[in-house]
Amino acid sequence: MEFEPVIGLEVHAQLLTQTKIFCGCSAKYGGVPNHHTCPVCLGMPGVLPVLNRRVVEFAMKMALATHCRINGESSFARKNYFYPDLPKGYQISQYNQPLAEHGWVDLDLADGRKRIGITRIHLEEDAGKLMHDAFNPASSVDLNRTGVPLMEIVSEPEMRNPEEAADYLKRLHEILVYLEVCDGNMEEGSFRCDANISLRPLGTEKFGTRTELKNMNSFRNVQRALEYEIKRQSYLLESGTPVIQETRLWNDAQGVTQSMRSKEEAHDYRYFPDPDLVPLLISSAWIAELEKSLPELPLVKRERFISAYNLSPYDAGVLTSSCALADYFEAAAKLSEQPKQAANWVMGDLLRFLNEDKKDIKDSTMTPAALADLLKLIEAGTISGKMGKEVFAAMYQSGKTAQTIIAEQGLVQITDETEIAGIIAAVVNANPEQLAQYRGGRDKLFGFFVGQVMKATQGKANPQIINDLLKKALNNG
Amino acid sequence: MELFRLTIHELQALLRAGTVSATDVVSDMYRRINAVEGSVHAYVTLTREAAFAQAEAADNLIKQGNIKELTGIPLALKDILCTKGVRTTCGSRMLSNFVPPYDATVVERLRQAGAIFTGKTNMDEFAMGSSNETSYFGATANPWDLTRIPGGSSGGSAAAVAADMCAAALGSDTGGSIRQPAALCGVVGMKPTYGRVSRFGLIAFASSLDQIGTFTKDVEDCAILMNAIAGHDPRESTSATVEVPDYRQFLPGGVEGWTIGIPQEYFIAGIDPEVEASVQEAIATFERLGAKCLPISLPHTEYCLAVYYIIAPAEASSNLARYDGVKYGFRTDTYRDLLDMYKKTRSEGFGPEVKRRIMLGTYVLSAGYYDAYYKKASQVRGLIKRDFDEAFRKCDVILTPTSPTPAFRLGEKTDDPMQMYLSDIFTISANLAGIPGLSIPCGFTTDGLPIGLQLLAGHFGEGKLLQMAAAYEKSAPREKRRPQL
Repeated sequence: MEFEPVIGLEVHAQLLTQTKIFCGCSAKYGGVPNHHTCPVCLGMPGVLPVLNRRVVEFAMKMALATHCRINGESSFARKNYFYPDLPKGYQISQYNQPLAEHGWVDLDLADGRKRIGITRIHLEEDAGKLMHDAFNPASSVDLNRTGVPLMEIVSEPEMRNPEEAADYLKRLHEILVYLEVCDGNMEEGSFRCDANISLRPLGTEKFGTRTELKNMNSFRNVQRALEYEIKRQSYLLESGTPVIQETRLWNDAQGVTQSMRSKEEAHDYRYFPDPDLVPLLISSAWIAELEKSLPELPLVKRERFISAYNLSPYDAGVLTSSCALADYFEAAAKLSEQPKQAANWVMGDLLRFLNEDKKDIKDSTMTPAALADLLKLIEAGTISGKMGKEVFAAMYQSGKTAQTIIAEQGLVQITDETEIAGIIAAVVNANPEQLAQYRGGRDKLFGFFVGQVMKATQGKANPQIINDLLKKALNNG
Repeated sequence: MELFRLTIHELQALLRAGTVSATDVVSDMYRRINAVEGSVHAYVTLTREAAFAQAEAADNLIKQGNIKELTGIPLALKDILCTKGVRTTCGSRMLSNFVPPYDATVVERLRQAGAIFTGKTNMDEFAMGSSNETSYFGATANPWDLTRIPGGSSGGSAAAVAADMCAAALGSDTGGSIRQPAALCGVVGMKPTYGRVSRFGLIAFASSLDQIGTFTKDVEDCAILMNAIAGHDPRESTSATVEVPDYRQFLPGGVEGWTIGIPQEYFIAGIDPEVEASVQEAIATFERLGAKCLPISLPHTEYCLAVYYIIAPAEASSNLARYDGVKYGFRTDTYRDLLDMYKKTRSEGFGPEVKRRIMLGTYVLSAGYYDAYYKKASQVRGLIKRDFDEAFRKCDVILTPTSPTPAFRLGEKTDDPMQMYLSDIFTISANLAGIPGLSIPCGFTTDGLPIGLQLLAGHFGEGKLLQMAAAYEKSAPREKRRPQL
């Protein structure tokens, strides 16, 4: 029997605010254990939470960017459970009144566009971290992360294969980073994903029993875990064994998912409204204000690049993969008035150099204006495209302008036809044997003469002019 | 002169006139404490050294002419209020070694106003109780009869004020924990509107009901302390932004032309006849003063106790989850693993009443029971609030007995939680509705036990309560009895 996977994703994005969600402590990753703490995030007796306004604004931006309806009134609840990394014995989270609902994200797949629904976006606080010592039977608790703001984005179960799931994640990630509300770092856990997956016979409506997958810390692992789980569930269903509703952990080393806890062992979190926090009221004026502050989003930018700069969808996709890269390209394209060339140089040489140095576009020593100057010099014929590559490398390394490098290295192209004609005449005269062979029909020797002329000019002569004049000189004997 | 007997405003006059120094006041207060604390046991911790240092600082300020509202006034704090560097136990073994690195907002405010702290007063464990008998540190006795309870949970503060072991004290009231002990100890007790006084640094029992308030020897002192502690606190989300009036301005106002609501549901079988007689006498006094008494109905009164014993334990079960032995406070000596550590720490660290309420609260929030208990109780709480809203359209204030009986004997109700819970039957509604309530002494039983009268007003109506209580205090100068200690 053929099965169709039904996949829904829950993404936890850590918001890039300076301070934590309910106190004034730094929300920065790392730090000396327990140094980013205060009585509030340590859950000491008698202290109270106060909601960070910036956290709400960051989540509102994401809600707007994903076309969600922001609720005029939302509220916070307590999720109660005991664990040493949870100092209050409960996590403050939004439960039955989330910040925003009913949104979507569009995916551009090989077979066209697909819209994935977003069920809800809500806010909550992160827990701390436990560190286990292998040699000492004790665990240490680091509460720096406790109270760091998290936004949970829950999708509808509308993805039908692991590729779609990975693409959805990439799109969400891209939007978060564009909005500058999350740094998107999956290794440090600022962008985490849990997946719900079930199978159903192809063509049927009813959902099968689902499992929840955790512990996948890269896009690739999400895809791998889903692929594994599809195989596992298919095998079970085909052999007539029911799938058990449970939480499974992805084991990266072994490439398998492993049972963590079943539904029967699931916690009763005893959610109830947090009496220490008042309802979160969001006015339409506040929403409008944030709407105005939204940057152009990746999908819109991609479409605009395709139509305005005549780029291929692939190129537009690469160039809009981050807002900074898109801005860089766009500045270089406008200043040089050569969007196609700008795209080639940014995607080719610039990204290659940056990748080699493990640098971000924001760290590039070469400005878009400098790149545009280079493109103009090539366009004007001052230097050849081949020389351009060398100039580019020198510019990238030194941060100097194209003009400076050209002057320093004497790279200006020879475009004076009389000068080139003179050199050609000398080359032709110096090689009577080859000339005779060429005229005798060995066309391939044209390249030999081009090489000799280039050699004589140290590669500075304009190749087009060499071509034209050399043809004349060789043929008009 | 017995300075320890004086009210805040009397001490203020002497300190301002330079007749006495703050050090005189504090020395005298500790003499009194040394003399009677052994029999009353109002305190868990005395802060004698710090108090004398504060007194010295106060005297220096007075010399410089820099005297503030509470400069040199010795106050006691219920041991539920966090005090920087001073052990704060909440009456529990669980926090018997807990020293907060911060002051509660009210403590900060009192410090800024110049107050001196005598110590931390005894209380029912985590404020769960009506008799001060659930304290890990032993019960407090009622200064009027040492074989009787002082009421609770702020019994230590009430007893300390009644026994003149401080000029005034702060307590907290979740279901009557200020008003009931104030009534039983014969002092003035004010529970302000929810949100009027910051809860930051008040160790939470039931967050939607808890409110800090005052114990004073008279109504004027209540106004003085309210001036010092009321007001918005950015550290609390539920803190009210309503402007704070000068509460003293209400004191001379009188009640001429006021309408006083007398809710029929609060005059029921089971009230001690002497309590009822005293309250009826007070009603007559108010009529003499020009007020009109109007019988009213608060139809959902009968549900108050049930609603309270769902909501308060539910919130408590969550608020007390942080006491897990991991970070601070008590941790059991030996344990096998994490779960064992949790279980043993909480089994040994909490007393039976606290455990009973944690279990009750955990139960009512559990999957499958939430709708029938917590959700339903929240809905009924809305109806109880509405009863008061409607009542206050017809009357200025509501008058009831504070407690159905005078102080009962130590140990009399410890084996019967339901009987114990019933002693808060008249006070719980104000917490559920979030309205202010004040208890003022209105006489004595033939056994010489104090009786209290409860006044309730609409939200932020503390001024009305003070105005009415001041009129009553002035017009009916009762015999100035003191507990014999």
